[in-house]
Amino acid sequence: MNRAVSRPQPRVSVGGPWNKVTGAFGAIARTTSGPVYLVLLVVFIICFAVVTIDGGEFLSVDNVRDMLVRSVALGIVAAGQTLVILGASLDLSVAYVISLSSLLGAETMDGQNGQIITGIGLVLLVGLGIGLVNGIVITKLRVNAFIATLGVGLIIRGYLEANYAGPAGKSAPDFLKLGFESWGPIPLSVILLFAVVGAVWALLRWSRFGNRLYAVGGDEQVAKLSGVRTHRVIITAHVLCALAAAITGLFLASRLGAGSPLVGQEASYDLQSIAAVVLGGTYLLGGRGGVLGTLAGVLILAMLDNTFDQLEVDPFAKDVARGLIIIAAVAAYSVRWRRRRRSEQAAAEGVEPPAGGTPALQEGRTT
Amino acid sequence: MSARPAPVPEPPAGAGQSRTEQALGLAAAAFRGTAIVWLLLIALWVAIGIKNPNSLTPEQLVLYLKRAAPLAILAIGAYFVLASGEFDLSVGSLVTVVVVVAARLNDGDPANTLPVLALLFALGLAVGLFNGFCTTILRVPSFIVTLAMLLMLSGAVFLWTKGAPRGALADNFRSIGREGIDGFPVLNQLPYSVIILLAIGGIAIWLARGGFGRRVLAVGDNDRAAALSGISVHRVRIAAFVLSAISAVIAGIILGGFAGVTAQVGIGLEFQAITAAVLGGTVLGGGRGSVTGAIAGALVLQALFMLLNLYGVDRALEQAFTGLIIIGAVSLAGFRARGG
Repeated sequence: MNRAVSRPQPRVSVGGPWNKVTGAFGAIARTTSGPVYLVLLVVFIICFAVVTIDGGEFLSVDNVRDMLVRSVALGIVAAGQTLVILGASLDLSVAYVISLSSLLGAETMDGQNGQIITGIGLVLLVGLGIGLVNGIVITKLRVNAFIATLGVGLIIRGYLEANYAGPAGKSAPDFLKLGFESWGPIPLSVILLFAVVGAVWALLRWSRFGNRLYAVGGDEQVAKLSGVRTHRVIITAHVLCALAAAITGLFLASRLGAGSPLVGQEASYDLQSIAAVVLGGTYLLGGRGGVLGTLAGVLILAMLDNTFDQLEVDPFAKDVARGLIIIAAVAAYSVRWRRRRRSEQAAAEGVEPPAGGTPALQEGRTT
Repeated sequence: MSARPAPVPEPPAGAGQSRTEQALGLAAAAFRGTAIVWLLLIALWVAIGIKNPNSLTPEQLVLYLKRAAPLAILAIGAYFVLASGEFDLSVGSLVTVVVVVAARLNDGDPANTLPVLALLFALGLAVGLFNGFCTTILRVPSFIVTLAMLLMLSGAVFLWTKGAPRGALADNFRSIGREGIDGFPVLNQLPYSVIILLAIGGIAIWLARGGFGRRVLAVGDNDRAAALSGISVHRVRIAAFVLSAISAVIAGIILGGFAGVTAQVGIGLEFQAITAAVLGGTVLGGGRGSVTGAIAGALVLQALFMLLNLYGVDRALEQAFTGLIIIGAVSLAGFRARGG
């Protein structure tokens, strides 16, 4: 199973220059994450300049640490979300899984260090179960992922609202270290974030599951015909995504010292994580992208947030600006990507790139 | 968006077919996708009738339609966007914006209701055009565009009102969602919102059966093929987004009078509208669906809420039931569609 399968059809037949580029750079270029780092750099320079001119500190150790810690929760969910989106699916239930996990974790621990392992184990088990349900409903019952995960999310939300009026449980004292202690200068939570992102990256890069996921997301029919058990791949992606959400819930339980039935919805981790993934250059229709881009997307959002906070921008104006920036960044990727496609096609056919023409014919939006 | 290929679409209207054959084919296709939702609606109403026979009187049925009208109108708008292969997640926040902006500008003065209404429609038009423009010309996935629009709309409106809705709707503004033609035979009162729903439903069905509706389905089914056969894909999609935004404005105007001025009025409506359309046989990813199905889907959701209410189900568990029933109904509809 080669990753070439994952590309939209016209690219397979194209012997363009990108096929000859090998190694890590080629992988980055192919996964469409390239422009993401450019945007990350531009946003970094602008934020740095604006905050410095305003008389604030952007690159101080404290501020960088603050930005990173604030990225942990979104970063972990978004890493999981990357997997399902690469498989041309999506998960709208993560926000509720996060809330549920924070409550289950904190209630099981109930302030006792001896219960930490049980709490973590139980939460991960529940996460696994929810991921299985999501995956099975999508593949076996053939319900569209949007509706399936929305429905599962509603079910969890109903359970939460019927049983909890507010924060409950108490995280074990030792468990709080995850949220607040540092290992040298690096907070433990940031290590957790990099561990999760690293694990997802390794999975995508080296495992058979990773290759199959790209194939299924690129074209499920083709993947099936090439002998991939597509259902198993999609279910696995959903299980891993729900596990990532469960880990986020545990992390938030450690930060808050208790579980909260609203912690996931308040930050709307469902939609925010999807935005971060797409901001990170992953193709919403599946098959292209990667988790490093997602990390960059999360960092872009964190830098913007930090800058707005330092400038004391009204929180509502922050939402407006964030929305515009997301659209602008994703528009920039798609323009770049289209241009590259056009020149590749031209190189393959030995003709000049078409000047005008119907744009819909130049990009496989429906693949 | 869909992880699996859409079911084989009906062949586009061929040149050799007569108009009646085309119409029959379209009707059959529409019914095949929507049969399940009508059955579900009947089942829910039987359950409601068993629990409370009083709710089957014409007056009560009209009241039910009045409550269902905003969601049904939103579902009609959602149908056009979904059938063209896109998403609109911004309608819920647009409803909130409509209500909050109307209250602030209207400020209890009946004289300026008309200008305010005109402004709201202009706002809806602008939102729809922006969504459509970013999706088609800038090629940003509509999921992201409308998600960003959701952020921007709610951010902008609260920035403007400093966090809490202010002002009030004038009586004549509120009467749109609240009142109706009194002394109507049998029904006692025919609410304006039901008249609006019927009018919009009629217009939408007419649009969907005509050339525009067929172009929407063609674009949603395969935009390349549609472009090759000479359809302006961009124009069709932009029009779909405008229809969706306008439907949100109308739903907002009705809800403002019916439910009052709160900042929570539109929360979650985008998902309910999409759910209604999908229950009614619209396929996410585009190319399949019907307006009548979308309306029926909205009626099913409203009947479901009513039934759960009758049985005294906790509001929280109501959501859990809704989730279960949505998954069940959509998977059933899917099996039926594949089974032929």
